[in-house]
Parts: sequence; structure tokens; C-alpha cells
Amino acid sequence: MFSVLNLYFFSMTTLNSKIPEGNLSEKWTKYRSTVKLVNPANKRKLEVIVVGSGLAGGSAAASLAELGYKVKCFCFQDSPRRAHSIAAQGGINAAKNYKNDGDSVYRLFYDTVKGGDYRAREANVHRLAEVSTQIIDQCVAQGVPFAREYGGLLDNRSFGGTQVERTFYARGQTGQQLLLGAYSALSRQIAHGQVTMYNRHEMLELVIIDGKARGIIARDLVTGELERHFGHAVVLASGGYGNVFFLSTNAMGSNVTANWKAHKKGAFFGNPCFTQIHPTCIPVSGDYQSKLTLMSESLRNDGRVWVPKKQGDLRRPEEIPDEERDYYLERRYPSFGNLVPRDVASRAAKMVCDEGKGVGPSALAVNLDFRDSIKRLGENVIAARYGNLFEMYEKITGENPYKTPMRIYPAVHYTMGGLWVDYELMTTVQGLYAIGECNFSDHGANRLGASALMQGLADGYFVLPYTIGSYLSGDIATKPISTDHASFKEAEDAARERITKFMNNKGTKSVDHFHKELGKIMWNYCGMARNEQGLTKAKKMIADLREEFWKEVKVPGTDKELNPELEKAGRVADFIELGELMVEDALHRRESCGGHFREESQTEEGEAKRDDANFSYVAGWEFTGVGQKANLHKEALVFEEVHPTQRSYK
Amino acid sequence: MSETINLTLKIWRQKNSASAGQFVSYEMPGVSTHMSFLEMMDVLNEKLISKGEEPVAFDHDCREGICGMCSMFISGRAHGKLKGTTTCQLHMRHFADGEIITVEPWRAAPFPVIKDLVVDRTPLDKIIQAGGYVSVNTGSAQDANCLPVPKKDADEAMDAAACIGCGACVAACKNASAMLFLSAKVSQLALLPQGQPERKERILNMLSAHDEAGFGNCTNTGACEAECPKEISISHIARLNREFLGANV
Repeated sequence: MFSVLNLYFFSMTTLNSKIPEGNLSEKWTKYRSTVKLVNPANKRKLEVIVVGSGLAGGSAAASLAELGYKVKCFCFQDSPRRAHSIAAQGGINAAKNYKNDGDSVYRLFYDTVKGGDYRAREANVHRLAEVSTQIIDQCVAQGVPFAREYGGLLDNRSFGGTQVERTFYARGQTGQQLLLGAYSALSRQIAHGQVTMYNRHEMLELVIIDGKARGIIARDLVTGELERHFGHAVVLASGGYGNVFFLSTNAMGSNVTANWKAHKKGAFFGNPCFTQIHPTCIPVSGDYQSKLTLMSESLRNDGRVWVPKKQGDLRRPEEIPDEERDYYLERRYPSFGNLVPRDVASRAAKMVCDEGKGVGPSALAVNLDFRDSIKRLGENVIAARYGNLFEMYEKITGENPYKTPMRIYPAVHYTMGGLWVDYELMTTVQGLYAIGECNFSDHGANRLGASALMQGLADGYFVLPYTIGSYLSGDIATKPISTDHASFKEAEDAARERITKFMNNKGTKSVDHFHKELGKIMWNYCGMARNEQGLTKAKKMIADLREEFWKEVKVPGTDKELNPELEKAGRVADFIELGELMVEDALHRRESCGGHFREESQTEEGEAKRDDANFSYVAGWEFTGVGQKANLHKEALVFEEVHPTQRSYK
Repeated sequence: MSETINLTLKIWRQKNSASAGQFVSYEMPGVSTHMSFLEMMDVLNEKLISKGEEPVAFDHDCREGICGMCSMFISGRAHGKLKGTTTCQLHMRHFADGEIITVEPWRAAPFPVIKDLVVDRTPLDKIIQAGGYVSVNTGSAQDANCLPVPKKDADEAMDAAACIGCGACVAACKNASAMLFLSAKVSQLALLPQGQPERKERILNMLSAHDEAGFGNCTNTGACEAECPKEISISHIARLNREFLGANV
């Protein structure tokens, strides 16, 4: 018995990425050909829970149902079509080489590993590049109206961090069209009775029985009732956690709760401090601001970024002559100019604003100027390329970007970190999977543009449906476990206890008050630039905020009805705990890489300086208790194909 | 333009689907004209919470005009008076100092009120489930460029596919018809080669789901097109009618 326990303990604490043997380019093919299968008669008996209905969750739920599994899918919105994947603008990468410009699976793999600043797992990224081409085929077959050339073939455009044109797009609404494709496949399976859809439901607890994920506790957001749901396996596809910063480009409801509950029950959190800050967003205009709006990266193809050379120059931008402007990206990065990757562009904007050269009422913005492109190409060409973005900008700011430069500033956009998963996308909890932005896997320390859609759909359509069979094939004899089981009751009690705590709390401050406070701490100390002193301070501040939150938070209404404040309270409580872990992770990673910039680790020119000797690993954090120091587990990154070098965009 | 304005809001408050609702007035002094409409609602809710009152429930998520979750009927107009704009993208600079603004939920029998400004729009999902898809399983697709699609058709399909499923068309229609929503999907798939095999059953099945859900018929008043935040053209309803005829001969 003792040795069995020991073995169990060992397997729980070692990060085994389960990367298949063999050459990099053959691993996935070999895996697919040898992975254990579940026969159709058995699939009918197996139930899978999918939490989230975005690109990853929607495509996984539909594909698993097509295979014959019984699927339950949950989303907190009023329809699965509204998941935040819908807001992605620019496009989706695929190594089709339709342009005949020398693209290949290898190049897409290489660009992604390099773009991620050598902090991603090679085998996963290669698989991603391999299945990228199938995604486009699948989406076209579903009726996704991608942009086409006059001859009727698919059009491509270029995106940051690459030298080929491999981005497929549907105007500025690629995410919407891909999501509606997945939603249509999901709808078909709902109609067939293969998927039961739970709209306006939120997962509040994970249920673990004998060390395996066996279900969830979900709250019906309309009635407030807690429900128990069994699954032979549980798939989390609940997105990223950018809203820990309060202000981000994420939807208002995007949250970490499902992930965090899983983390507290044993799923390790991978690289939580890796956050992508997108350089081109509309700046903050006031205290009431609820979210930040992204302006597509594609604008940097024709817009020039600049600030006045003089500090505190209050003239209108049109009145500032060229010789008094600092086109700082073109000056610092002559070969990539305005098209440097996102992390580099964001840091450069922060640097000039810190020097007091920022523009606009807040002085926390830089100009993105189309004057020269309009002069060169004409207003109609610019309108054809970016018309909808210019309109959106004008709607929000009331200013016309054809006449005056846009004002932009970096904003939190995407989180590369997430639940740690192995090659099969399983977390450290048996039978619990994490897919899409919710896992940590493919983007390393910085994600390239148009790669989020690719990863979400790769995981959901083409990876998980295979890899989950490896686990479920060993579970065919397991009969559905009754939700009267003690573990279900225990989980439900825990969820209820927290709700009761909120409802009975006699606090005086709203949930948003605490969320905004947390956001400020995260942005100031764990945002675009981080240092030991600031992070140490933030750690204490967040712990204090957590204490105050539980004393002072006020939730109106009752728990037996639609109560958005109660929903937010639960999410913010989890964001606060996550914030502490992010700071811990940022503190321990004493190197700069990708979106994680430690001021102590920079080159003479102020660029991010990696420390491969000490930090070439994935940090997997194990939860040990609220306010307790999490345990660090390391997965060493082995580079067989790509040799890490200092990224240079000079 | 003045940087702040004073407003009076008359908001529909309703506890749940079983109880009756009524308008309640709220004074909103000093509203920044840079705020979005929903940010103004956030400010109102913060005030209500601090006074110990219940905040106004409303649907919202992306706040960038694409998820289709927000759904307010503002002074008699779905998503307010600004053309081609969702509630979340409507900014306060379009309102006058001293204005009285009424805010109501979508009003349509198939969309029962859940609470305050939140309605149940699942009947729209039901219409899609009845056939708003191409029956293709994952993994069975041929190479994407095997089937060229004329750019004109692809562009028109995209115009239709831009629908965000918010339900403004239903709220604006005196018949509470969802024909603009339905036609957008039928039109998108009818224009593409991938949609051809199921073309006839699709329209018939989707139409019966539409009618079963209790949506009314189209009488071509065009209110849907005028209020659609994505400016989906009523010409898609014309194509829907043609498709319907085609399916019946």
C-alpha cells in the first residue's frame, strides 16, 4: 500500500509531457496511427463535458459528438455563438502555401517557436502547424465566407512576425465567421441530440472521484440553482484570463473561474505571468472605462507610429512638422520598422510615454498616422483596406482618422499562460483536458498574430478528438457515476458555501471597486515592465486586497435569480487569487522573454534578454492553499530543431 | 460639445418573467460624453449598489459590437438612433443635455423577459439548429481551393454572414418576425456551393422552426433593415422568398 501511495505521489508531481518518440515531423502521424481507439458502440456510452463554446470548445463539442460521444456543453452567455472568439479580427494562419511564396509546415512551426521567444514545446507547435491546413479545408466546407480573389480562390495577407502571406481572413471579422462555423456544426449536433447545450450556465466546481475528473457543479444563471453533471472526462475550453487586469480587450464576462477551480483541485497552472499586451488599442479615456478596444495589427502596415520629440508638446498632431516628430519604431528598428512583433511595439510605446512624450489628454498614447499612406495611395485605397476599423475608431473617439492620427496605446489582449497540459492536452488531473487559450501550450512567451484562432480550432477539431480516445479507451467499463456520490455533494456544498458567504456579507463596496483595484496593481507592477521591487510590493498589495474583499464586498439581490453582481463576485474572488500566482511567477522568472519583461534583464538597447541557461523551462505551479506559496514544478524545454537565439528585429 | 450632460433615464424594471414590470426614472447628472451607453449604465448601477438598491440587469459581453449580446431598446429604437451601431458602441456624445431617455428590453412574444432588460433569445438558436449549417463532419473536407467561389458570391455571402444574431430585427418588427435573421443564414448558404445539397430542406426546416417559435410573418415594412446594427439588407428576404418558392416546386 505504501509503495502504491508513493507511486501516486510521484506521478502527481512530475511533469511528464508525454511527447511521442521519433522525428519531430513524424511524431503526430505516428501518434495518430497508434493511439488507442474507442469503438463506436462504446463511444455511445461515454459522456464528455465541455466547458466553453468558443473556437476550441465549440469545435471540440461538435467533433466529439460527430464521433458518437455524448456531449454536454456549457456557456455563460445566452447562446454558444457569443463566446469571445467572435471578436477576433485579423485572421487565421495556415501553411497552405497557396501564394507559392515558400511557406511550409516547417516555416510556420519555426516562426511560431521563434515568435514565442523559445518558450514553447516544439512537438506541440509542429503538430499545430501540421493541422493548420486541415482547419482551412474544414471551415470552407462549412460555408465560412473567407475573402477570395477574383478568380474565386482563397485570398491571403501578411501579418506580424512572418515573411510569407499565410493569413486567411473574412474581412475584419475572421473570428466571428470561424466561430459561427463551429457554432453551426455544434447546432447540428444539438439538433441530433448528441450535444445537450446549457446556455447561461457557469461552472463553479470540478468534481474529482478516485483521482479522476468526473463532473462539474454548474450554476443555472437564470434560476440560481446549482446542478450536478457527470462526465467520463471534462474538457475546459473557458478561454484566457486577461480580465485579471480589469481593463483588457477581453469580453466583460471572460473569466478564469473554471480554470482556477481546476487549479485548486490539482491542475497545475503553466506560465501564468505570460501575458500579451497588444500595441494598438484605443487608449483609456476615463475612470468609467469598462474595456479597451483593439485596433487590428494590420493597421501597422500603412500607419506610421510617432510621438512629438518635445516633452509635453500640446499642439494638434497635424500642426507638428516632420522634423519635430520621432518615428521611434522606424528609428530603433530600421529593418522591421512599424511591423515589429507585438511585445516589442508595446514596450517601445511605454518607453516614450514614460519619457513624457505621450499624446492625448492622458499623455498615455502615441500617434498612428495614415497621412503619408493617404498621400501615396489615396483615401479610397486606405478606406478599402481599413474602412471598418476607421469607422469603429470614429464611433468610439469621435475623431476622424483620415484627418488626424489615431491615438493608440497598448492593452492586455491575450494570455499565453494557462493550465499546464501534456501532448495529449490533459492537465495534471486525470481525465481533465484544457484546450484553446485556456491551456498554456503553443505560444511560448509571445503569441504571433492570427495564431490564436489556429490553435483554438486545431485543439478542438483535430487534436483533442484523437487524444481523448487514449484516455477514454481505458474507461469503457466505467458506468456513469451517480451524482448522488459524496464527491458531487461535497463540491456542491463548497459552491453553495461561497455563494452564501457573498449573499450574507455585510460589506460596503461593489465588486467592480475591487476588480478595478486589482487591475491597477496588476497593470502597474505586473504589466509591460516588471521588476523585483514592484512585484514584491504587488504581492503584499494583492494579499491585502483579498482580505479586504472578503470583508467589504457587497452583493445585492438574492442567489435564486439572475444576479450579475453575484456572478462577478465569484469571478473577481478567483482573479485576485490568480493575480497572486501571476506575481509569484513573474517574480521567480528573473529573465525577460516575449511579453514578460523583467527590467533587470535587458540588453544595452533595452531589449528583452533571455536567460536560457536558467529559465528554459515551463513553470507549472501547484496550488497549496489560498495565500500559501504555490509549489513550482519545471518542464524542461528541449530544442531539437530550432536553436534559440536572441530575437532581433533591428 | 460640452464634456458632460445631464440626463433622465426611464428604465424598464421587471423582477422576472412571472411578474409585471414598470418604468422607473433615474436622474443621471454629469454624464461624460466620451462614455459608451453601457458605461453609463455601469455608473448608474454602481450608484444603485451604493444606495442599497438592486442594479439594472442587462445583457452585454464583448462591448465592441460583434458578440450580439447587448440588446436595449433606446427611446423607441433598437440599439438607439445611431445607424449601424450596437448599444455597446453607442456613445453619449450623441445625446443632448437634459434629454429624457427611455430604455426597454426587446419586446417580442418569443423573447420573454428574464429580468429588467434581459430577454430569452434561445428561439434564434432553434432556427439555426433546424438547418442553418452544412452537414459536414470534421475531417471529411477536400482541399479548400478545389471549389472556386466567384468573388462576388463570396462577398455577398459575407454580407449576409455578418449578422450578429442580436435580435434587433425582431424587436423592431411590428410582427416580431425573425425573417431578416433567418434570411441572412439562408442567403449565405444559398450563395455558396457548399450550401447546395441541402438547399431545399434547409429553408423549409428553418422556416417551420421560425413559425413554431412564435415569430410573426414578414410584411415588408423594412424596419428590420433600418435598425440592424450590421445593416443586413432586406434583399436577403427577397432571396429567402425565392428560395422558398424554389423549394416548393
